[in-house]
Amino acid sequence: MDKAITLKNINKVYGNKIKTQVLFDIDLSFEANSFNAIIGESGSGKSTLLNIIGTLDQPTSGEVYIDGFRTDTLNKVALAKLRNQTMGFIFQFHYLLPEFTAKENVLLPYQIAHYKVPKDIEAWADQLLDLVGLSKVANNLANDMSGGQQQRTAIARSLINRPKIILADEPTGNLDSDTTETVYQILREINAKYQTTFVVITHDQRIAEKTDRIIEVKDGRIHLDLRR
Amino acid sequence: MRLAFRIALRFLKSGKGQTVLIMLGISVGVAVQLFIGSLIQGLQINLIDTTIGNSSHITITSTSDEKTIQQWERGVYESEISHQDILYVSPAVDGSASILYDTSIDPVLIRGFNLEISNNIYQFSDNIYAGNMPQRDNDVLIGKDLSEKILAQPGDTIQLLTPLGEQHRLRVSGLFDLKVASINESWVVSDLNTAQKILDMGKQVTAIEMQVSDVFNADLIANRVAYGLSLSEVRVDNWKDQNQQLLSGLNGQSVSSYMIQVFVLVAVLLGIASVLAISVVQRSKQLGILKAMGIQDRDASLIFVFQGLLLGILGAVLGIALGFALLLMFTQFAVNPDGTPVVPIFINPSFIALSGLFAIVSAMVASLIPARLSSKLNPIEVIKNG
Repeated sequence: MDKAITLKNINKVYGNKIKTQVLFDIDLSFEANSFNAIIGESGSGKSTLLNIIGTLDQPTSGEVYIDGFRTDTLNKVALAKLRNQTMGFIFQFHYLLPEFTAKENVLLPYQIAHYKVPKDIEAWADQLLDLVGLSKVANNLANDMSGGQQQRTAIARSLINRPKIILADEPTGNLDSDTTETVYQILREINAKYQTTFVVITHDQRIAEKTDRIIEVKDGRIHLDLRR
Repeated sequence: MRLAFRIALRFLKSGKGQTVLIMLGISVGVAVQLFIGSLIQGLQINLIDTTIGNSSHITITSTSDEKTIQQWERGVYESEISHQDILYVSPAVDGSASILYDTSIDPVLIRGFNLEISNNIYQFSDNIYAGNMPQRDNDVLIGKDLSEKILAQPGDTIQLLTPLGEQHRLRVSGLFDLKVASINESWVVSDLNTAQKILDMGKQVTAIEMQVSDVFNADLIANRVAYGLSLSEVRVDNWKDQNQQLLSGLNGQSVSSYMIQVFVLVAVLLGIASVLAISVVQRSKQLGILKAMGIQDRDASLIFVFQGLLLGILGAVLGIALGFALLLMFTQFAVNPDGTPVVPIFINPSFIALSGLFAIVSAMVASLIPARLSSKLNPIEVIKNG
């Protein structure tokens, strides 16, 4: 199967005077269209790993390939463009712009690249909002929605540019268990429907067990790599 | 870029309190600037006008022993063509004499002009409050104070005694009030002919007087006049050399007014910069996600530059309106007993446009600090999950 993400020999060291190494010689790849969970205690380095995959952080040494292209050597402008076109991000907190409506927030990643929104993209945004069950509140300001609705808006937003990869860092960390269940169902649905590769950090054992592959990070190393 | 503008607009709309606060800050700054600037300019123009408005700006006098200029027609012509800012050029015949009345005798100054031209300089006809301009030979105008002293009315005859011992009888055609006591007290104004006859000067004159449109360039224009003159034994004076103290006073006033304006702007600038910088911190999480989603650093900083620009424009417009309101209030309430404003306000459109533009530019400059913060913001710093 094609590799969506490949990490070669990744090391990450923080600090200049007092050096703290967070990741040690990580070699890891994710197949396209797979749904992967990363688990690990806090401080294990799992978020750093996800940020390096997402090009938000740079490895101290090692190579990162996204969709076959090496990214650790690209400049900031090229990285921003790459993130915009090939990746979607979902975080523990939704980080919607409160000044914009749900639909406007969903369209933002598209508008970063092209300001004018054509009809088909608008229809796609409606479709995404429908998928996450928010058609009724599409024109609400981000602050006029419940926590679950906001997080679902963030999920729709991560999909607008039809990214190949979605990176999620505790996407349900702030949600109750019922909502968590709904959100995961949506993510799996997207995975099946649009062949999107998912890498999800989670604390939730039950959620992790439903994924195709579980990777446990411990003290900056891959401790466990379970495939179904 | 258009997205940055749209986000900027939304940010401003949603933070209404903050927006209004900054806008008020800018507009108060602009209003104060406009008010002080217009006031000082009005004051200065008024002062210049009262000091030199009705007098000669550049004067050519003779340095010869006789103190007369022989070929004055040539001097007038050469002065006229020497600079485009020269408005009026008039020959003048000056000399002292004594006036005899009752049993007294008092010194007076005989001033003969080409009245048609000199009227533009001294505004005699506008300031005659009784009688008319001289119509014939031996007609003269005298000032208010002199007429009250000698009890003369238009149509009366006065007697002058020249230094050569001759006596001349002249008819008072009108009385003027030029609002300057020394002039009202001593000037006896006639046409050239009459003065030349009284002073026994033939066809010669003692001075060539002129007014210029740009009074503050009088010294430079005077140099050009001197350069273009073919007359010998003459000197060219200008009002600036003769009023150094007034000029340095005006200069000091201008400088202090500029200082006030600059400090007001600096205060406004700091206010905008700090409020916008706080708003970057407030919105750092949103900016972080925008960056994660691929917005370029340049666009992230443009959001704040656009906010500065919009605030600057709104603040400038509001400030100009507020400034005009202040000026209006000042002209309504700070008035002399006769109802005229204490200081006539001078509305200078280019000054107003300039201070508006200044406010807009400073608002944009102020927004560069938050813009830089926004550009340097690292998305992982703000979206760390711990």
